[in-house]
Amino acid sequence: MKELIAIVMAAILVNNYVLAQFLGICPFLGVSKKLDQAAGMSVAVIFVMLLATAVTYPIQFFVLNPNGLGYLQTIVFILVIAALVQLVEIILKKYIPALHASLGVYLPLITTNCAVLGVCISNVDNYMTATGGFGGGFVQAMFNSLGSGLGFLLAMVLFSGVRSRVDKCKCPECFKGMPITLISAAIVSVSFMGFAGIVENLLG
Amino acid sequence: MKNNKLKILTNGIIKENPILVLILGTCPFLAVTTQASNAIGMGAAVTFVLLCSNVMISLLRKVISDKVRIPCYIVVIASFVTLVQMIVKAYAKSLDDALGLYLPLIVVNCIILGRAEMFANKNGALDSALDAIGMGVGYTLAMLAMASIREIFGAGTWFGIPVPVLKDNNISIMTMAPGGFAIFGILIAIINKASNGKAIKKKDFSCEGCPSAAACNGQNCAEKREAAAK
Repeated sequence: MKELIAIVMAAILVNNYVLAQFLGICPFLGVSKKLDQAAGMSVAVIFVMLLATAVTYPIQFFVLNPNGLGYLQTIVFILVIAALVQLVEIILKKYIPALHASLGVYLPLITTNCAVLGVCISNVDNYMTATGGFGGGFVQAMFNSLGSGLGFLLAMVLFSGVRSRVDKCKCPECFKGMPITLISAAIVSVSFMGFAGIVENLLG
Repeated sequence: MKNNKLKILTNGIIKENPILVLILGTCPFLAVTTQASNAIGMGAAVTFVLLCSNVMISLLRKVISDKVRIPCYIVVIASFVTLVQMIVKAYAKSLDDALGLYLPLIVVNCIILGRAEMFANKNGALDSALDAIGMGVGYTLAMLAMASIREIFGAGTWFGIPVPVLKDNNISIMTMAPGGFAIFGILIAIINKASNGKAIKKKDFSCEGCPSAAACNGQNCAEKREAAAK
């Protein structure tokens, strides 16, 4: 249990997907203007990350690895994620229209989000050989996905707050828009560097 | 006619530089630019995939029906990325270790899908190849510039060669995550200043800066804007 909490905490604070590993920068810069949009996008990302891991990890374990097809990983994963997102969108539209109204617009954007493919691949790389056969590694992978998604949510929500302040401030003409956004991202990223070592010290 | 070809080739290098002007494919750009040699490796990999996929998609543009084009493009791109992964694993083990996760993630690099959608499915194979080379070179040069700044000031070396003075006085935050964001911001600001704001202003955060612009044709953004207006 302690180990799983450590995985989640490390993924949220230390190895934050956006601010430390540069995955999912496009939505981070593009959709972080408003708090509600940032939160909506992040919830959709958490959902898809969990779902994608739940599907791709067994595929790698039971289909690709035993048949020596490991090299097909990239193709299979991206197609599975794309199909999965489409499927989820159709199901939501049909059966839970309220949820579709709030998350639906973000779903197609997530297909090509590198954070989702990134979390699937790094789960397979990091936890596939973990002790305990399929079950142990799978649980760790799911917790890592959860942590990565929550880390994305945290970064998005924090940054949308920073941005709403930055947008109101005066800055040199050439820094307006993207440059000042990137520089504020750098400062938020510095604050996350302060978490280095916190997980080892708290739970280790 | 010849002029036109030259224009396609140089378009990606300066006027529509994928990183600094279109702001596409930022994730690997920020992540692997800690060393100049990694930047060259990543740039070469992206250029190769872009060239192959652009030519392939351009040749298949009359075969692929419009409705299923995005999944088809993704399959083509993913196949070439797998090819690159195998080549790099076999012949450049150290590069494979350095790029790690970012090598398979070329699949979701928005430059490649973006060029397929914006250029290759409307133009012939030769033009698409030229466009891919221009864009690839532009991407590589932008990466090299960024990586040089970060490596020289952050680690005090350039391509692994020690730089006098800076070697002993390096600013190591430059090679860490915050340095990547900050220097990218400053680079864009410099380009903005140099071009009097013409280069980026219009395209800032519009669909061209969005990873799924190719897939959604602006529908999602339009819907979102309407929702936001309400």
